[in-house]
Amino acid sequence: MTTVPSTARPKPSFDDTAGEGRKLSLICSKGSLDMAYPGLILANAALGEGVETHLFFTFWGFEIINKKTMGDLQFSPVGNPATHMPTAVSGLPGMQSMATRMMRQQIAALDVPPVPELLDMITAAGGHLWACRMSADMNKLTKDDLYEGVEAIITATDFIELSAGGQTLFI
Amino acid sequence: MTIATIAGQNVHVNEEGFLTEFGEWNESIAAELAKDVGIDELTSDHLAVLRFLREDYQSNGETPTLRRVSTVGGFDTKRLFQLFPKKPAKKMSYVAGVPKPVGCV
Repeated sequence: MTTVPSTARPKPSFDDTAGEGRKLSLICSKGSLDMAYPGLILANAALGEGVETHLFFTFWGFEIINKKTMGDLQFSPVGNPATHMPTAVSGLPGMQSMATRMMRQQIAALDVPPVPELLDMITAAGGHLWACRMSADMNKLTKDDLYEGVEAIITATDFIELSAGGQTLFI
Repeated sequence: MTIATIAGQNVHVNEEGFLTEFGEWNESIAAELAKDVGIDELTSDHLAVLRFLREDYQSNGETPTLRRVSTVGGFDTKRLFQLFPKKPAKKMSYVAGVPKPVGCV
């Protein structure tokens, strides 16, 4: 136990300049429940640390921002040895909805919100959401079909430009 | 463990400067802690958030996450980022005299 004068007491360095200008871009390319969360959780964490954060939704990642599907992402145990379920069993009828239900419950038990609400948190925290032009065209979707927090439908080139100088993760 | 003098009072702090004794906190200490994290003046809006953090910590034994501060405490996430810029979860827990939150959201 030591006593220190008020001038020498320990203080946190939350605003040190080391992380200044840090930027993170996440490419969300998968549309299953279990692959939607990693990107969204990381984005939310980065924003909470004051990091400029961009999410680029492409291909199956569109499921995360498509108003029709975002609240109903599924988890499939098929082809996933980490579920430790025999392959023949994992493909049985009803298995996907059961596995999805279980995963949703586990996520909710940790007080982690459903996908649409997590997107609300991310945008409220200042995160930027972008949709991929090619994926929108393939699926014949316009901005009106997408979650309202999506700022724009942009091209791959646009994304390369806006992610310049930062860290990029492909999920 | 270190004893530091904050706002004229001797309080226990950890190596990062977080208060370690829940009962040693008061608003004048909070005002000093706020300055450490770049908040020059604690407004009533700041204090309302701090009070929620402390009450929730006391009833649950752990610091609420940002999400909990917004869903249970009723504070808008955007507003929290304005009140405690850049790193709201860490800053508000520091000023409130409770441990850093450990949850992922």
